[in-house]
Amino acid sequence: MSTETVEPRQTAAEASDEPAEGPVLAAMLAAGIGGLTLGLLTTLAEASTGIKDFLQFNDRVGPLSGKTIFAVIAYFASWGILTAAWRRSSPPFRTVVIATVVLLALAVLGTFPTFFQAFASD
Amino acid sequence: MELTNRETWTLIHGMIIGTFFLLAFAGGLAGLWSFRTELVTPEGIHERLRRLKIGTWTMAIAAWATVITGTWIVYPWYRETTPTSAKSILLADPDTKDWHTFGMEWKEHIAWLSPMLATVAAFLVVYYGTSLTRNRRARILVLSFFVAGFATAAIAGLFGALITKAAPVR
Repeated sequence: MSTETVEPRQTAAEASDEPAEGPVLAAMLAAGIGGLTLGLLTTLAEASTGIKDFLQFNDRVGPLSGKTIFAVIAYFASWGILTAAWRRSSPPFRTVVIATVVLLALAVLGTFPTFFQAFASD
Repeated sequence: MELTNRETWTLIHGMIIGTFFLLAFAGGLAGLWSFRTELVTPEGIHERLRRLKIGTWTMAIAAWATVITGTWIVYPWYRETTPTSAKSILLADPDTKDWHTFGMEWKEHIAWLSPMLATVAAFLVVYYGTSLTRNRRARILVLSFFVAGFATAAIAGLFGALITKAAPVR
C-alpha cells in the first residue's frame, strides 16, 4: 500500500516567494469603496433633505456624522469581505487598480463643493 | 496669556497632531523612496523596515486622530447657530462666505479620505515587508497611497489654517 504524501499545490505567489496580492488589492479597493460612499452620501445629502436629516446622527456634528460613519463602516467592512474573498488569490491586478483609481476620483468629485452643491435641493 | 478650552482643542487638532503627521510623512517618504536593494545593505533592510513601519503607521494614526478630533470636537463649535460662531461670522460677510461654502465644505469632507489612504499605505508596508526592496511595483503602490493620503490632508490642513485666520473658533 502506497504511503505517498501529496503536497498541496503552491500558488504562483508562494512559488515565487512573494506574498499573494489579493489582500493588497482588497485594501486598495476598500479605500475606493469607503471614499465613494463618502462622496455619494455628500452629494445625496445635498440633493435630498430627507437623506440629510437621516444622516444627522449627532445634532452638534450634523449630517457629517452620518456620512463619515457610513464611509468608515463601508471602508472596513469591504476590506474585511474582500480580504476573506481574495486571501489566497491574486485577482487581476490592473483591473483592480483601475477600479480603485476610478472610485477614488469619484470620491474626490463627490466631495468637491462645486459639484455636490449643483444638486442642492431648493 | 492663556488658551481657552476651544483654542486648546483647535491647537491639538491642527498643530500638535498635524506636526506628527508631517514628520511621519517626511520620514516615510524618504524611507520609501530609498528602500531599494541597490541602496540598502542586507543588514540595514530590517532596521529600515522597522522605521518605515513606524513612520507609515504614525501617519495613519495621526490622520485618524486629526479627522476624529476635527469632526467630533472642533467642528461642532465652528458650526454653532449662534451669531458669534466662526461659520456665522464667515457667512455674514459676502467677502468671506466662500471660506465656508467652498473652503470648509471641501475640507470637512476630503479630510476623511486621508486616514483611509494612509492606512492602506501602512498596511502595504507591513504586508510586503522586505520584499518592497526588490518589488518596484509594490513600492510605487505604497508611495501612491502614501502621497495621496498626504495630499488630501494637505488640502484640508491648508483650508483649516486659512479659515481659522479668517474666523477662529473661540
